[in-house]
Amino acid sequence: MEFTRRETMATGGAAVLTAMMPVPSFAMVDDLVDEFTGGADMAEGGVNLVAPEIAENGNTVPIEVSADGAVAIMVLATGNPLPPVATFNFGPLAGESRAKTRIRLAGTQDIVAVAKMADGSFARTQKTVKVTIGGCGG
Amino acid sequence: MAKGVRPRVKVPKTASSGDVVTIKCLISHKMESGQRKDKEGNKIPRSIINRFTCSLAGETIIDVAMEPAISTNPYFEFDATVTESGDFKFVWHDDDGSVYEEVKTIQVA
Amino acid sequence: MKSMKTAAIAVLVFSAGMASAGPDNDVLVINGELTMTTRAAVPEHMADTPLDELLSGWHYRTDETQSLQADDFDNPGMVFVDVAADAWNTVEGTEGKACATCHQDPSTMKGVRAVYPKWNDATEEVRTLAMQINSCRVENMGADPYKYTGGKMANMEALISLQSRGMPVNVAIDGPAQSDWEWGRELYYTRTGQLELSCANCHEDNNGNMIRADHLSQGHINGFPVYRLKNTKLNTVHARFKGCVRDTRAETYKPGSPEFVALELYVASRGNGLSVEGPSVRN
Repeated sequence: MEFTRRETMATGGAAVLTAMMPVPSFAMVDDLVDEFTGGADMAEGGVNLVAPEIAENGNTVPIEVSADGAVAIMVLATGNPLPPVATFNFGPLAGESRAKTRIRLAGTQDIVAVAKMADGSFARTQKTVKVTIGGCGG
Repeated sequence: MAKGVRPRVKVPKTASSGDVVTIKCLISHKMESGQRKDKEGNKIPRSIINRFTCSLAGETIIDVAMEPAISTNPYFEFDATVTESGDFKFVWHDDDGSVYEEVKTIQVA
Repeated sequence: MKSMKTAAIAVLVFSAGMASAGPDNDVLVINGELTMTTRAAVPEHMADTPLDELLSGWHYRTDETQSLQADDFDNPGMVFVDVAADAWNTVEGTEGKACATCHQDPSTMKGVRAVYPKWNDATEEVRTLAMQINSCRVENMGADPYKYTGGKMANMEALISLQSRGMPVNVAIDGPAQSDWEWGRELYYTRTGQLELSCANCHEDNNGNMIRADHLSQGHINGFPVYRLKNTKLNTVHARFKGCVRDTRAETYKPGSPEFVALELYVASRGNGLSVEGPSVRN
């Protein structure tokens, strides 16, 4: 795998963040991705993840994943105590490889979606969701 | 069986052969994550629905592995290709071994 | 000294600094067919308030939360309406009756939510919908009352509110209800707790501003019971009042107490003209 200078910088930045953040470690997320992909390379793009930029409440955050021709899409919440969220396996009668659900986010973090395509290739995307801390306990 | 579980599904009653229809479903379930503690500081044991499947005439549309990060009252929306009349079968699997099922029939012209 | 402290707290608590502050201009259409009145003229009895238009709390939420209420399948509160519809047909109590025995279909409840709380001539008191439900259960069915802010009550209120959805709130504030209404108004403007905040401080003086990360609304109750994303269940009016008063760091009145009944009458009347939205969805 080759890195451009920018990618290397970004990786370095991520390492600093990893050092600063408590559990969970990004290694856990990487392990989960590896388990799903068998360590195969992932294309950036080819899988779509729709999530609000700012979630009004972390308890119920609407998300949608889709990837043309995917047989499965795994969703991870990298900042949750337990990063796995769901894996959608699409059967022969799936009209599109698309699903919407509502998820819990422990705080502001990146959500990662990895799609497994019918030809065995993989695609990955991620999105940052800011989770606001409420004012009124009410 | 967890308390107060009730499924709710929305599928069109009719469609033409080859149509892609959108399906929505929700089930009332507390989805206790296993991460919370009670007032005495004891961990509240995990109790979630861990798998959801939807099929039409026995053929799979979607099969979802669910984790504690799925919100209370789990909701899913997805698409199905319909070719002939038949029963949509919705199945939710609870950690406690319970299985909740719902069936909806679609007429395909 | 004391008033200076209060002023300092007020500065800390409220800020309009966020770009998203202020209600939006979206239109709420439910199931693509029922257009809701979420903005209304200020009723005559509120002429001396600083409000120049009534705005449903729906306008203060993000697009994602708003959209949940625009479709009865996306609205998670509706599953509890289904649960209540079963309860409606279930015989309970010593008299062998269900709600349906006397009231037939829930649709006979159309218009009820819009006019509650309402003066009851027989008992000479203002009754909330919850009080009326429990009166029916105890006196007509011989059944146990529901817990005032419990899940079963919230569900039944949702089923009954749904029958009036889209109708304008039209709570009577004159006649025999007037003294309770005036008491409720007094409670609305009374500061409580260590933070010395009244309902009006947040919902009249600061609606549209942020209280920490939360967007303050005008505090109408036309959307109750409310499915909150925060606790993922239907919430009743008095549970919300209790939460608000508690947040001022006060000992609160009890749900179902005469104080909260009077306050509910007054707060409901502030929303006269807005559509009944229950069960609505908020954060």
